[in-house]
Order: sequence, then structure tokens, then C-alpha cells
Amino acid sequence: MTITEDAAKAEKALKYIGTRPVRPDGVDKVTGKARFAADLRLPGMLAGFVLRSPHAHARIVSVDTSAATGMPGVKAVITAADFPELDPGDPNHRNSNNLMARDKVLYEGHVVAAVAASTGREAKAAAEAIAIEYEVLPHVLTVDEAMAEGAPVLHADLITQNVEPEATEASNVSKRTLLERGDLEAGFAEADVVIERDFYTKPVHQGYIEPHAVVADSSPDEKSVVWCSSQGHFRVRSQTAGMLGWEPSQIKVLPAEIGGGFGGKTTIYLEPLAVKLSHMANRPVKLVMGRDEVFRATGPTPGTHIRVKLGARKDGTLVAGKAWLAYENGAFPGPWGMLGSWTIFAPYKIPNFLIEGYDVCVNKPVNIAYRAPSAPMAAFATETILDEIAVELGIDPLDLRLQNAAEEGDLTVQGPPYPRIGCKETLEAIRNHPHYSAPLGPNQGRGVATGYWFNIGEASSATVHITENGDAIVNTGSPDIGGSRASMALFAAEELGIHPDRIQSGVADTESVGFTDTSEGSRTTYATGWAVVEACRGLVTELRGRAAKMWGVEADEVEWADGEARHTKGDHEPLPLAQIAAEAKQTGGPLSSSASLNAQGAGPAFCTQVCDLEVDPETGLVTILRFTTAQDAGRAIHPSYVEGQMQGGVAQGIGWALNEEYIHDSKGVMENASFLDYRMPVASDLPMIDTVIVEVPNPIHPYGVRGVGEVGIVPPIPAIANAIHQAVGCRLNELPMSPPRVLAAITNGNGNGSGNGSG
Amino acid sequence: MMPRHGRKNHLVNYVAPTSVEEAVELLSSAADSRVLAGATDWIPQLRAGRPEPELLVDLKRIPRLLEIGRDGDGTWTIGAAAPAAAVVANEGLRAAFPGLTEASSLIGSDQIQNRASLGGNLCNASPAADTVPSMIVNEGRAVFTSSGGTRVVPVAEVVTGPGSTSLQPGEFLVELLFDSPPARTGDAYLRFIPRTEMDIAVVGAAARISVDENGVCTAATIALGAVAPTVVRVPAAEEALVGSPINDDTLASVESAASEACNPIDDKRGTIAFRRQVAGVLAKRAVLLAAQRAQQRDGGQA
Amino acid sequence: MSRIQVTCTINGDETEFLCDPDQSLLDALRDELLLTGAKEGCGTGDCGACSIIFDGKLNCSCLIFAPEAEGRTITTVEGLAIGSELHPLQQCFLEGAALQCGVCTPGFLIAAKALLDENPDPTETEVRYGLAGNLCRCTGYDKIVSSVLEAASQLRESA
Repeated sequence: MTITEDAAKAEKALKYIGTRPVRPDGVDKVTGKARFAADLRLPGMLAGFVLRSPHAHARIVSVDTSAATGMPGVKAVITAADFPELDPGDPNHRNSNNLMARDKVLYEGHVVAAVAASTGREAKAAAEAIAIEYEVLPHVLTVDEAMAEGAPVLHADLITQNVEPEATEASNVSKRTLLERGDLEAGFAEADVVIERDFYTKPVHQGYIEPHAVVADSSPDEKSVVWCSSQGHFRVRSQTAGMLGWEPSQIKVLPAEIGGGFGGKTTIYLEPLAVKLSHMANRPVKLVMGRDEVFRATGPTPGTHIRVKLGARKDGTLVAGKAWLAYENGAFPGPWGMLGSWTIFAPYKIPNFLIEGYDVCVNKPVNIAYRAPSAPMAAFATETILDEIAVELGIDPLDLRLQNAAEEGDLTVQGPPYPRIGCKETLEAIRNHPHYSAPLGPNQGRGVATGYWFNIGEASSATVHITENGDAIVNTGSPDIGGSRASMALFAAEELGIHPDRIQSGVADTESVGFTDTSEGSRTTYATGWAVVEACRGLVTELRGRAAKMWGVEADEVEWADGEARHTKGDHEPLPLAQIAAEAKQTGGPLSSSASLNAQGAGPAFCTQVCDLEVDPETGLVTILRFTTAQDAGRAIHPSYVEGQMQGGVAQGIGWALNEEYIHDSKGVMENASFLDYRMPVASDLPMIDTVIVEVPNPIHPYGVRGVGEVGIVPPIPAIANAIHQAVGCRLNELPMSPPRVLAAITNGNGNGSGNGSG
Repeated sequence: MMPRHGRKNHLVNYVAPTSVEEAVELLSSAADSRVLAGATDWIPQLRAGRPEPELLVDLKRIPRLLEIGRDGDGTWTIGAAAPAAAVVANEGLRAAFPGLTEASSLIGSDQIQNRASLGGNLCNASPAADTVPSMIVNEGRAVFTSSGGTRVVPVAEVVTGPGSTSLQPGEFLVELLFDSPPARTGDAYLRFIPRTEMDIAVVGAAARISVDENGVCTAATIALGAVAPTVVRVPAAEEALVGSPINDDTLASVESAASEACNPIDDKRGTIAFRRQVAGVLAKRAVLLAAQRAQQRDGGQA
Repeated sequence: MSRIQVTCTINGDETEFLCDPDQSLLDALRDELLLTGAKEGCGTGDCGACSIIFDGKLNCSCLIFAPEAEGRTITTVEGLAIGSELHPLQQCFLEGAALQCGVCTPGFLIAAKALLDENPDPTETEVRYGLAGNLCRCTGYDKIVSSVLEAASQLRESA
């Protein structure tokens, strides 16, 4: 279902945008031909093996690689000593120390050495022969442990930023984010109902099915060609060069197909190691992670402790909100508490608020983005308390949200006002959906929640070439992480007025297209799509000029429509693209156009969801019965892939809500580093996920696009928590809401007996 | 930790004998050997760094070890390497032992069921093995052979602890034997996992119940998995059932006795409290289901 | 280490390869035969990305030792299309947008083929359980399940 604003409908009819052609890379991906990084095999290629720390926190006393270097088949052995020691102010300092531990290992799985050898067997045997002496140090695993008085400190030079009085001693807290407005005390004094709760979440992994993989082919003159799976090959280039002390121009990165990322492939792990090993061996080197390495050493999203207090008047008007958020960052500082702070009250008008966010280092892998990073945990807190307020005041939970929903002109928590947004429209879409009024049975409950993600713009580049027969070739610098080749083809088809079948849409390497930022923040369709539009518009200008030349008229007498040049005065028969292309040599040479831009003003995304579920009161098992998600896409370019993003976000949110979590033992060793025990949803765990695409066009974008990739993961956790409450009367404030937790809540009478139980 | 491609430096070899005799000889000739059926548990253990044997003896080319059948006096034979999917697909077995076949159908995915065998499920000696409680309530017997001869052991006596069995060096499982169930007898197996598929049992409960014409329980066997180092029987529940109808009172006794019989651990898959509580619930539900099946069987069949 | 010579039939072709005794069939397919359609997502049989049809049965090729393939018949995703004619499942996956990143797709197609070979008219629930050994992290399974049901319907009509 798609709900489009009248204003959008009134615009000129679109011919291709909004249709559902087969994706350009589809055939390769259903026949097994698509080449992912681990599929590549170069002549003379060596196999690599990475040696990792068994300890959560330890000082590296000594590393002795002498036994390994002489072993059969071994061509190169590297440790931190083979990489330049970067200045703490260097932007690659953190990555460098994360990818190869120097003085200390900071989590179980932290890399300490790597080997390249003729076979994987030999590489592994050699890596195991490397003698490393550790002095094991006490570790911290949660924000509460890490923030406690006297906690072991990961970084002796980490001083908390933005606190008063100014911090002088090292701690695990890298910074505080502070956002406030109005008079908090006065606000709460106005409230008729005030609810404050603590919420706890565990790290969860992005769970992409393709493990990280890279092939590097370096030459003795310090140049390297790198094939890898990433969300942004230009960032791979800059980060890899940065760790090696090379210039970006020394490295060419070819984007292999990427087998899922969800934020987890916005950084590098193996690339500099492979380049260095290849350089030392003067042979291509492949490094591929195993699934346990992916869990132990690549970025989960943070575990958190969040406390939220909300106050509302009897009529449901929110008057005050206070939030304290502490986010794990893993072994090195990141922005996660800050991002949580930006999002925690974002969908609502709250006149008086205080938001305090903390970023906290712990002895776990470095956290990295995961779909609307930091927002789902924050929404868990706010949206659960809103549900509690709605129950207490006897107001429908959607009405309560609608009453307080932010709209155009309302101030964001950071200050600037919202542009046109679709928060209310998504709430209304769910309220009007038949799902919301369908009957429920015994032990069943229904929950709703709303989510927000700010989305980003950033730099993108695109080129368009016209072939000698008048077809178009579109290339961008954005990897195709979920169908973007198809969206880019649709933008080009619409602008050029030719059928998408006549457009080859590809992903170019770092030397074949202009700089393009990483695919993150739901920016690709928005920003890279915009670059395609600009490149096509430049091309259309050129085509009008060529037609003018062919006709001997002024260019402003030529308009472009439906893939052909038309003379506005009607003196000449239209010139189709194929004809202009055929004569391009005579009219000025081949036809091509490029555009690079830094897209500003990404439209914020909102999403509202409703979930029905059933709880087995004797076992705590939660079964998801029905799920509907309504999301503002601005404009759906390829609706199938918009729906796919919405459904995928919901499925990940359901997994996070119910079963996914990192489990560590007392030594800080991960206990469930496998798909067997890290329980992601399987097909039989889920129902069909109904989608409602809401289209409130983003005024700044030529086609009204908002990013759609992320916000869908924000509401499922609180929607499920709220539905569990309705089913069995228990409020769960800790993730995952796994059967042991749900059963304990039921058994211990956390429930208030108000659920839909059969009794 | 985290091995990738290479696993081991010493020589490992693979052989696939085609007769029991050949397998016996191979196993008695190599000091460090290991038999291989589905290996769905064992291969992941190898990949995780468990030492490899010098000789892998693949049993899946021995016809006898893949057979499923019933002889003239009603004894069922399940070859040690017969995949779970073949057990599930066997209509006769499904009719005679619905609980055992359900347990077989719960092992992993379709992919796993096409490989994993009941023999491997037993000899792998996981406390959470799905088919072992069902084999025990159905009084299964395991036929082992080696160069020293053949012996038949009750399934209940095979597993001695997590990962350990009463198998002797050089000995391997040839087949599992089950007598046809008596009249008016039914079995059931229920398992708790957090997802719908692909998990290891957090709790498993098997029951076999016999009833008379009036619905009074005449025999009961209840066995729980994943709640102790080995499968546990629940004699208190069995005693509470025999001589009584299956009703809310007796089921309540079953539930509390089953919870009481557990000796579980806290681990990544579940807590002690959860396992105890859910073991009672599943035992109760399994008894009810088995009793319903028993009542639907008028005697004489299966 | 002595390598073992294996002869088997892969996608209709008699094929020989050399493997280590403890090498997985997945590694042999990918590294020795360059049939890289089957993927390693976990190496432990938990994700199904390496699914193949092995003597008529759906299996994870990561859980098979390569020497076990001697004399066996194997179908991989590369064997689904006949020449340039896609299998209905492949066509339905394309038209139904049943893939996003595509790395799980070969495993799903193989699992779906095995499912429909045994059950040509599955319910939605049967499809979901039949594909439960295959993880997809992108789609939420919705469009995969729909596409398999559509392919089943087309296959029944053409049967």
C-alpha cells in the first residue's frame, strides 16, 4: 500500500520512478555468478590467517614471530611493528590500534598478528607458532561497570569531554552530550502523571550473512589493488592508506558485491593487513573471516543503560522529559551516546527537556553503526513509557503520540526546526489500517511505537555515458547494498526519458568515478540518486545543444522529452537519443556527463508500527502474529526495494527484541559467537510484514526522496514490549525479551494482571 | 582459536568401508580413529579447533547402517547412520513411535535432518540431544560392535555424561532396536527453543503412556533432556500416573515432579529456574499428548 | 598430506577433483572447482548459504567432507538454469525482489528447489519451515516466501 500526499500527486506524472523493474544485477545474483570478495581467486594468491587475542584486556609483554617466519609455505608475518605508530590526533589512530593491537589488547578477538602462506593450513599453523606473552588485566564489560568508581581504565589518556567541572583524570567515559531546553522542574510540576524507568540492552550484531573478506594485490612500489566487501570503497581507500602511512592514490579499491552490511561494513578490518602482507610477499593475499571472528571482532551495536522520565498532563500533553543515556562504545571511543541523545525524544514536542548522553569504553569489540545506530535503544525507553502513560491516562496510544507528534517548524532537540516531515502521517496510516482494529484472542497483545532517524546527505558522484547506439551507462561510487543499481537506473530513465532496460547501471571503482562517501545514514538513494539526476540533467543540456547544432537552431529552442529532442517551434521532426548518439562524433564528440555534489538537507524519516503477538504464559515464548509498518519514504523510487528495507528493518528489530544478544563469560570471552546461539530470526519465526509506504515529499530533493534504509528498525522493540504488556500485563525493561525473561516477569508478578490473559 | 582453512598438520585420512566387518577392521587397526555418520555436530567442533583423529571412518556407505525396517516379531531396526529425514519419512515408524519421529523432525533444519542420524545424536552424547529422551521412553536398545564382538545395551545406559559414552575403544554403533509398542500406548516429545527452528533444546520432554479401556494409565515413562548432564527419568511422575486417569490433578503432579527431577545449569541457552519451570510444563503437555495418542489406539495395532 | 581424488557428477557433468581428506565439500567446490555460487556464511550448518542438493537431498556443503562426494550427484546454484533459461524460482526471485544483497540467494534457491521437488504445493507455513535452515538478514523473508509460492504455482501450472 502507498499513501501519497496530494501535492505530490499533482506534480507531473512520472513514467519510470515508482515502477518495479528487475534489478540490473539480479540475474548474476540468482545464478551464482555475482562475485563477492571471498569468491575472487588471483594467480599466485596466498591465504592469510589472523591471530587474535584470547583475553578481554591484557598488556602485550612480548611478541616473538621467529618460529612462524621459517615455517613451510610462510611468505609474510606482520604485527603492529610493521605499521607506523600514528599520532593520537591522527584520524586513523583509533582504527590502526583496533586493527592491530600495539601495547594492549582491549577485547577478546583483538588482532595481534597476521600471516600469509601458500595454504590456509600453513598460515594457521604459523600463526599459532607466534609466541605472545600477555599480562592479563582486569576488564569491564558494561557501562555500569566501566563508569563505576575505581573501574579498570582502558585508555590511560582518555579524558571525558564536555563535563563540568572539567575532567582531569582518565576514565572510560570519552564524552558527555548535553541537550536541554525550557525549565525541567517547572515542566514536571505541570505534569499530572510522571513515569521514570531504567532500561537495559545488550550489544547485538548486524548479522550480515557474508563475513568480511578482502583480496589485496600489492606491488613492490607501494601500490595496491584491493577487492573487498564494504559499504564504501572510498573510505576503505582512505582508512587503509591512513593505517599504512600511504597516500590514498596508492590504493585502488574495487567494490566486490557486498553480502549485507547494515552499518557493519562502514569501516575496515582486514584491508591494511592484506595490503601489507601482499606487499611483503609480493603476491596477492586473501583474508576471509570466519563467522566467529565476525562476532568477536567486528562491530556490534552498543549495549546500553538508559533512564527516562516523562511527564504529561491529564489530557495527554507531554510537558517534560529527562533522559540519561550511557552507551557502550567498545574498546575505542565513538559517537553512540551522542546519537542516542539526538534521537530519544525526536518524534515529539516536549517543551522542557534535559538529555544527558555518555559514551563509554568497555572491553568488547569496537561498536560500529547498525541501522539507525543508537535510536532503537533510545526508542525502547521513550516509547515504552509513552505506552505506560497512555494506559494510565486511558488514552489510545496512537492518539497520545499524534497529540504530541512533531511537525514542520517544531524545534529539533539540537535546535534547528524540522522541515516538512511525515511523523503524523505515519501515525495516521497505522490508525487507519485495518490491522489496528482487528480482534485479538487470549494471551494476545497489540503494541504500537514510532521511530525517528535523521538521515544524512554527504558527498556523491555519478557519471552517465551514452553508447554509440543511444543507450545509457550510469556509474556511481556507491556500492549496491540492496538494490541501488535499480534506483539509479530509474532516476536516469526518468531524466533521460528512456526505458530502464536501456540503462546499464553499475558501481565504479575508486579510480573510475568521483569521490563518494560511504553508504550509511540512508543516504544512497537520496544523495547518490541526486548526483545521477544532476549528471543526467547536464547530459540533457548537452543533448539539447547537439540537437540544436544538427538543426542549426539555438539551444533554447530545443526541449527534451520522452528520450528525444523536440523543437519548440515545431520546425523539425524530433531527434531521438539514438540518432543524436549516432552523430555525436560530428556534433562535438562522445556524450557523457558527470556530477559530484555534497547533498545537504536529508529529510528526516519517521515510521510507525503495530505488532500483534501471543505469549505462552507457561513458557514465556512470544510468537509474532502480525506486523504492519508505515514509513515516510518521501518518494518511493523502486517500491519493491523500499518495502524490502522496511521489512528487513522490522525483522532485525524483532530479532533484537526477542532473542539476540552478546553473551560473555566472566573472563570477557564471548560465549555465543555462532549463528546457532546468536539467534537471528529464521523464516518460520516471522509472519508476513505488511508495509504502508507514506510519501510526504522531502522538499529539498528533486524527486522528494527521503532515505528509507534505517528507521524501520527503531519501533519494533518498544512495539513488542508494549504488546507483551497488553498480552500478559508485564512491563519488560531489559533486552532481549527472551522466554526466560518473559517467564520470570510473569512468574514474579511483574505483571499487573491487566493483560489479555485468558483468566 | 578461530581456525579458518587449515585444521591440522598431521596426516588425517578418510575411508568409507562398505561393510560392518571392514569398518571393524579399520577401527581396530588405527589407534586414533573416529567414525562418521552425519557429523553435523562433530564437524563444527572440528572447525572450532577440536583435535582431528588420524583416520575418519565414514559409515554411510555400509548398507546395513542406513536401513530402517521391522522384522517378523515386531522389532524395529534403525541403522545407526540413517538420517533423521529417513526416520521421519518412514510411515510405519511414524505410526508406531510418533514422539520419536517428531523428535527426529526437530533436529536442526531440513539440511541437517538429511545428514544427522539418530545414532550420531546418541553417541555425540549431548545432554540436549532431541531423540535420546524419546529413545529411552521407547526402551530402545543400542547394538555396538567391535573386533571384540557385538553387544546390546539399553539406550539409557549409553550416555554417561556430557560428551562421554560407555562405548569402548574400537567400538561403534550399528543400529538401534525398538520393540513395537504395546496396545493402547502412545509416545510424545516436546522441546522448548526460543525460535521455531534451528536451536538446541533448552528443555526436552518425552513421555510414553499406556492406558486401559477406561482411560486409566497403566504404564508411564517420562524422560527429560537438557536439564541435567544426562537424560533424567521422572519416577515420581510415573508413579503418580500409573493407576490414575490423566486429569488436571495427575498432570499437576507430573509437572511438579518433573521440575523437581531436574538438575539443570545456567548457560547461554537458559537459566536454572527457567529450565525447571519449563521442564514441568513440557512434561505435563507431553504426557497429555501421549495419553491422547494411547487412547486413540484400540490395541493390537502399530 | 596426501590428497584424495574424487569423481562425482556436478550439475550434470562428470567432474574430478583433488581434495584434502578433511576439507569441506564447500571448500572443494569453491577452491578446487571455482564453483563459487555456494557461499560460506558460518561454516557450521547454521545459515544454509552453502546449500546444495547432494544425491537428491538438501544439504549444507560445509558439513560434508569433500571425499564423501565420490560417486555422488550434486546440484549447485550454477546448475539451476538450463543454458540461458532461468529456473522459475530464479525468475520469480528476480521479479519478486526476493533478494537485497544476494549472498544468501543461492542457498535459498537450492533449498526452495529441494522443498518444491518434495512438496509442489506448499502452504506459506510449509515454505517458512522448509526454508528455516537458511538465514536471510536483508529481506525479513517476506518477498522470498512470496516468490517461492509464486514459483510453486507456476511450476504446477506447467507440470
